[in-house]
Amino acid sequence: MLCQQCQKRQATLHFTKIVNNEKTEMSLCDQCAKERGDHVPGANSYSIHELLSGLLHSDSPTSQTAAPARKSRHPACQSCGMTYEQFRKVGKLGCARCYETFEARLKPVLSRVHSGYHMHTGKSPKHAVPRRNVQQEIEQLQAEMQEHIVNEEFEKAAEVRDRIRALHSRDSLDETGDA
Amino acid sequence: MSLKKFIAEAVSPWMKQKGPASDIVLSSRIRFARNLEGYPFPVTAPEESAQTLMNYTTAEIDLSSFQAERPLHAVTMDRLSSNERRILVEKHLISPYLADKSTHGALLLSGDESISIMINEEDHLRLQCLLPGFQLKEGLETANKVDDWLEGKVTYAYDEELGYLTSCPTNVGTGMRASVMMHLPALVMTQQLNRMMPAVNQVGLAVRGIYGEGSEALGNLFQISNQVTLGKSEQDIVDELEGVVDQLLQQERKAREHLLNTSRLQLEDRMYRSYGQLRFSRIMESKESAQRLSDVRFAIDAGLLQGVSGDILNELMVLTQPAMLQQYAGAALSPGERDERRASLIRERLKLEEQGDELSGGGSE
Repeated sequence: MLCQQCQKRQATLHFTKIVNNEKTEMSLCDQCAKERGDHVPGANSYSIHELLSGLLHSDSPTSQTAAPARKSRHPACQSCGMTYEQFRKVGKLGCARCYETFEARLKPVLSRVHSGYHMHTGKSPKHAVPRRNVQQEIEQLQAEMQEHIVNEEFEKAAEVRDRIRALHSRDSLDETGDA
Repeated sequence: MSLKKFIAEAVSPWMKQKGPASDIVLSSRIRFARNLEGYPFPVTAPEESAQTLMNYTTAEIDLSSFQAERPLHAVTMDRLSSNERRILVEKHLISPYLADKSTHGALLLSGDESISIMINEEDHLRLQCLLPGFQLKEGLETANKVDDWLEGKVTYAYDEELGYLTSCPTNVGTGMRASVMMHLPALVMTQQLNRMMPAVNQVGLAVRGIYGEGSEALGNLFQISNQVTLGKSEQDIVDELEGVVDQLLQQERKAREHLLNTSRLQLEDRMYRSYGQLRFSRIMESKESAQRLSDVRFAIDAGLLQGVSGDILNELMVLTQPAMLQQYAGAALSPGERDERRASLIRERLKLEEQGDELSGGGSE
């Protein structure tokens, strides 16, 4: 379909305008739409914030402050009481712990928002204590697994092996299963 | 109050200095989002926790301990009138959210207004450094100093994998937003900017108008900023942004040269018409004033118009915002009254410029 205005370019925007109960249907190309000044969401600049809103916000945010969690299928954050549903509504997490609570569901979101990156490489506070040193944890588990094998406790060894695998996959990019 | 005095007080001191490439890059800004370990983020924080944070940061921290020669001052939102808060928004020192919606919101501000720290905004702390012209590296340096200083006072919420933890996941990682404000009239006139925008977006940067809503950018003023905050270091983000800004800068210069070579007369005509409108109009809407001021600023930079200082665009864009006009008038104004006041303020300002020129010894060079 060609743009109604210039009749040259392909129309990419189709919308209905209602002014004083009068309905007009329009099909325009991006350029003509911009020139007409019709407000096209996202046409001004494609921003990640808009994308995120699209990903998270269901309708309009009802309240800026999250009420204490009610019964929900998914557990609320133990530290601040926010549920994932509330987060989707306001687009803001309730506390630092929320990142752990909703880790599985946040991961694909973070990856999309930050161009596939998942690991901070910038500045760190001087006091920063390694809270989750995955590498160390894995090494410790591997030693544990060896011990089980030596003792011929193969079931236990397999259990530990699975935990090691889980740690590895938490750290790798290509895990996308939990969207 | 005389206009001179009003301007002296209303315009941020950092704005009065000249920065590199300031004909096109009006200002550079670095912002860090930070939260405190063990406290819920403002969105869920109980009131007393917000109050504790406000009291601690505004009253208990020694605000002169940052830099003795550049002490910070604390302002709590509840002690300001709503118009005073709007003015801080118009000067880009606080966000609309802090002004109107925050609980126990406060601001720490340096005397030159180049350093500001918002308290109890979306995140517990939002540090910002504003510098004139193209100075992202310098901005980052200063922001890091402020950040290091604050880090000695509080414990940040930080995760080894995810970096600085922020209320909105779009900020997690460095918590940094680096941005520049650019005046790009020639790229708009030649319709090149529309074509360049997708490429800029492609590298993870956002371009948007600073004033105006939707797709229009009033005054041809644009903000270019990073979107990705995770997985790249602060330095990398700044380097990438600098690279793109440099490109835009050169393209804008080229487009200006091209316009001057091919349509100098038309350009001159348009600029002088705009100058005339600003100099003599009795009613001036914000949209029109933004466009005319952009024209005049372009004319000054291109050497078409002498005797008017180049700061006039950024200065008057701020001074003619609604809350500023009300402050100058000393009363609440209806939109119609604002348009009248805006016109008279601009007239007076340009008149000052003409007089100043005469005072400094008979015409320009």
